[in-house]
Amino acid sequence: MSVRTEEMVLNMGPQHPSTHGVLRLELTLEGEIVTKVVPHIGYLHRCFEKHCEAMTYQQVVPYTDRMDYLAAMGNELGYAIAVEKLLNIQVPERVEYIRVIMAELQRIASHLVAIGTYGADIGAFTPFLYCFRDREKILHLFEITCGARLLYNYIWPGGLSHDLHPDFVRLTREFIKEFRPNLVELNNLLTYNRIFIDRTANVGILPVETAINFGITGPMLRGSGMKWDLRKDDPYSVYHKFDFEIPVGEGKMGTVGDSWDRYFVRVREMEESLKIIEQALDQLPEGDVTSAIPKRIKPPVGQVYARIENPRGELGYFLISDGSTSPFRVKVRAPSFVNLQIMDELCRGHMVADVVAILGSVDIVLGEVDR
Amino acid sequence: MKNTEEIFLILKNNFPDSELTLKTDIPAEPFIIVSPFDVDKISLFLRDNSELQFDSLMCLSGVDDFNGQKIKDEAGNEIMQGGTLSVYYHLESTSLRHKVVLKTSTSRDNPEVVSVSEIWQAANWHEREAYDMFGIKFINHPDLRRILMPYDWEFGYPLRKDYQNPEFYQGMKVPY
Repeated sequence: MSVRTEEMVLNMGPQHPSTHGVLRLELTLEGEIVTKVVPHIGYLHRCFEKHCEAMTYQQVVPYTDRMDYLAAMGNELGYAIAVEKLLNIQVPERVEYIRVIMAELQRIASHLVAIGTYGADIGAFTPFLYCFRDREKILHLFEITCGARLLYNYIWPGGLSHDLHPDFVRLTREFIKEFRPNLVELNNLLTYNRIFIDRTANVGILPVETAINFGITGPMLRGSGMKWDLRKDDPYSVYHKFDFEIPVGEGKMGTVGDSWDRYFVRVREMEESLKIIEQALDQLPEGDVTSAIPKRIKPPVGQVYARIENPRGELGYFLISDGSTSPFRVKVRAPSFVNLQIMDELCRGHMVADVVAILGSVDIVLGEVDR
Repeated sequence: MKNTEEIFLILKNNFPDSELTLKTDIPAEPFIIVSPFDVDKISLFLRDNSELQFDSLMCLSGVDDFNGQKIKDEAGNEIMQGGTLSVYYHLESTSLRHKVVLKTSTSRDNPEVVSVSEIWQAANWHEREAYDMFGIKFINHPDLRRILMPYDWEFGYPLRKDYQNPEFYQGMKVPY
């Protein structure tokens, strides 16, 4: 006797605890097996790019914060670099160092959210609390620097809004000292947890050629075993002065490019970020951080594409100037937007429960996907 | 590693019939202008040629060039007639570590560009975004639907410079 079967279409989202925002995944299922995933995005679309055309260059900065709201420092840094390239101005050494420190602290904070929520998504709630406890300390460092915990408006084209708080260096060193043992603890709690490995190893394997063709960047690409990091491969700011490693996926628990590899790249990147921050604090030069800020930004006619390594991948700003005080066109190449495209490729043939594990390892921020 | 001039010469030799122009006078970044109907052939060549190996599409952006004639429609709104819309392609080779920028322009009244999403999968969503925001139709695109705006949005393309907000959308007043 044969049993009649039929395909089923299931909507995951727009309201779902593990989509990390408003994202709808239209899953086509054959029993428990996923045969097709169609992501529907745009629920947070506010047409940031159109807003920019009505703003002056300075006024755009707070808008960039609101794209990848877990890595706002990175967004500002990318925009500042793009505008400085368009204006062809140099910023003081001290500004560059502080920017690197902020960007790396932000990378740790962002990866902590990624790791914590990833654990929570697939059933490990305790690491989530550990991660948020440590992230809180970083947010405090940001708060004493610029008064905001999430959306900073700190890195401006040409400089910074404030100099560092007198206690900042001391508190950051204390944080690094406290945080190193916590990372070991996190590894014991989550990374090498048998259940966690069973849920993530050999799930959602991404071969490196596919990743490049899909334009995947950041920890996802490195998880597939490719040593590609813009901090080393297309250096910006003062990253060439620091000594750090680029962790890549090695297939330690399964196959190269599986969800566990992507997860573990993030864990190891936090250690590397700590190294960069330590070196930057040691070398931190004196100087004025506001001296190079232009009073009026009126770049010559032209176009520029500037990119940085944000926690989620390559964040690119494509600016076109028509010679006036507001940008003619701002296009943001958001890493989450590009990375999310791969969902269909990764999920096909896996179980429904694995969709959550794969989506968590892609690590998207919907504010940036929809802009 | 090759610069844009060298890449331009290689392209010129391999596509003698195609319209290719090199632009270097603009500050910051030089780019190559190609015809909207040759983009796919040139892209495939750029990806597969052993000297070039552009295996990654970093970014694809639509742009409204805002160079047509401004006229008033019946409602008194200023709209644009004629002129061009453009698409910029930022390409990169991860193995040879060089970059190039391509630009193609198409008429505003019937904007059509050949899709490159078969060559770089990354282009799929970028092209949908450009279609959504500027109304540029990508020929041979496998799934050309709106992506960020609602699927039933019928009031035009928001990033065009002459875009007007609708007064109502599904019974809701838009400028609130």
